[in-house]
Amino acid sequence: MKILVPIQLVPDLVEELVIAQDGKRLDLDATRWIISEFDDHAIEQAILLKEKIGGEVTVIAPDFEGTEDVLYQALAKGADQVVKLSGDFQSELNTHALARLVVHYLQTKSERPDLILTGVQANSSLDGSLGPLLAAYLDLPFVDCVAQTEIEDQKITVRKEYPGGLTADWSVALPVVLGIQAANTPPRYVPISKMRLAMKTGSIATEEVGELDLSGAVDSTRMYTPEADQRAQMIDGDVDQVAEKLVALFKELGVL
Amino acid sequence: MLEARSLNQLSGMPDEVVSSIITDPALRSCIQCGTCGGVCPFGYLMDYPPVRVIAALRADVFSKVFTSDTIWMCVACSMCSTSCPAQIPLTADLMSRLKEEMILQGSVPEELQTALENSQRYGNPLGEASRKRADWTRGAGVPVPIFGKDVTQADVLWFVGDYASYHPRALRASQALARLLRLLNVDFAILGNEESSDGDSQRLAGEHGLFELLAEKNGRVFKKYKFKQIITTDPHAFNALKNEYPLAGISYPVQHSTQFLYERIDQLKPFLRREVKARVVYHDPCYLGRANGIYEEPRALLKAIPGLTLVELPHHHKTSLCCGGGGGGMWLDGFQWEKSHTRLSEWCVQEALQLKAGVMAIACPYETPRFEDAIKIVSHTDGLAIKDVCELLLESVGTES
Repeated sequence: MKILVPIQLVPDLVEELVIAQDGKRLDLDATRWIISEFDDHAIEQAILLKEKIGGEVTVIAPDFEGTEDVLYQALAKGADQVVKLSGDFQSELNTHALARLVVHYLQTKSERPDLILTGVQANSSLDGSLGPLLAAYLDLPFVDCVAQTEIEDQKITVRKEYPGGLTADWSVALPVVLGIQAANTPPRYVPISKMRLAMKTGSIATEEVGELDLSGAVDSTRMYTPEADQRAQMIDGDVDQVAEKLVALFKELGVL
Repeated sequence: MLEARSLNQLSGMPDEVVSSIITDPALRSCIQCGTCGGVCPFGYLMDYPPVRVIAALRADVFSKVFTSDTIWMCVACSMCSTSCPAQIPLTADLMSRLKEEMILQGSVPEELQTALENSQRYGNPLGEASRKRADWTRGAGVPVPIFGKDVTQADVLWFVGDYASYHPRALRASQALARLLRLLNVDFAILGNEESSDGDSQRLAGEHGLFELLAEKNGRVFKKYKFKQIITTDPHAFNALKNEYPLAGISYPVQHSTQFLYERIDQLKPFLRREVKARVVYHDPCYLGRANGIYEEPRALLKAIPGLTLVELPHHHKTSLCCGGGGGGMWLDGFQWEKSHTRLSEWCVQEALQLKAGVMAIACPYETPRFEDAIKIVSHTDGLAIKDVCELLLESVGTES
């Protein structure tokens, strides 16, 4: 079975986020990139499936600063092939454009994957997530919010999560696109020794990307850090006094 | 001995780790006395304390050792190594290699995994941004020069370490030391965001590759600047810089901050004017005491404080009880709690309470948060405070100096 895992790098929220001069987007030169958490789960799920029934896992990512480390890590985890989409798009890539890049990559290959696993969402996606776009372009079925994936006889059973604590098990015939919310087990640890081995023995395939089609993106008019409107008010006193003041306050606000 | 085939099955990786264990000549001198498992604070919970690991090895059932996860109860406190009559380096060698093999096999408790990943990515196990590493200096009240930014040379390079830089409670001891160094007119500087984790606890948690990576990073930064010696408040950083970095060719004279201050005790004494009226116990950190034999300097500093009465804990010097933070224990709290329903830090606090101590003095940045958390759980702890030796010294100096 052939599994494709298209992944994205997103701004690392541990680091400082700087707003660009034009006030509409992040200053991407000042941004440190990290694999999207859900894509990390998608890779893990792909490797788990491979370990169970065999097959070939390909991980594909646009070339951002840090992409190579992420791809070597995927090799160390057990991916068979890793592909870097190379082009100057760090500052303008959107999800629609990325979906078209992945589709274009697949069109150049003779074989289609049986399974495409993507992270359910990415924190940088303003124009929707990658999975449904890929499914639409490739005319494949799609299941989102998948928190468990089992496979038997070319048939996938997935557990989809719904709001309100509901889940449902779906049977899907291959090929299919899945939006992975969580792998069956958390992403594994890659020891530095395995990472160094992957860097020494593995290789990253590079696919040049032509002109970007950026249509479908969301127009942002202003980006800003949350502005404090009113500060919290501390109410002093013993329990009775606090309760009395609270009741008075609620009445004043019209909620009692 | 195991055959090569079964070795491959064990790890699925180059079997260097496993074969380095089974061919280790030191293990042949084991007399199976069981002292290691007996003195280990968590030995009673381990399926395979060192004695049983070696027994399994000799019985040719070594792979069984990896079927149990209780190896992660080891807090690398060195009690077993220092008590072993055959002097086998159990902590640094056997136990850390077993953990390394567990990591290579993918059996890593999740909380430890996060700390290791953070160390890889951010250079500290707490997952803080490296640009914030020197933020603690803002509250020091004295200038703290940074290599590369303010100076390129200084007499003393102060290796601050992870918890002493980032942990909101532990960093107060760093601020106290900064004031003491100013008071003594020491020409010092820190590395700011160029400093990475010393990696010692990650090494003792089995991530040897990560340790090497971090040591190389720090080694490259050390080379950029001129200094005569390194000091640190962190016994784990001290242990790495003193005993492990030189093996990688990174060799500088290094002292723990208590050694450095003790050397200047005559200069310091005139400043210690305020009485600190307290009954104080001193807790020996594993990697200052047992692992490196530094027992008396911190005690001498405490005794120099007027009004202070120093009493010894039931477990002190060589038999000091680990706070539970070593060897990855800092990042295995949940795991170890599930297995043991206790914390070593609570035992330590209870010992201090038996002696009616008012202050538990410490000399390791892991310990303030660990013991203060323990105080919140142990009952009848009224009045017991946890203070770093540097904090107590500064209290005696007073803030106006």
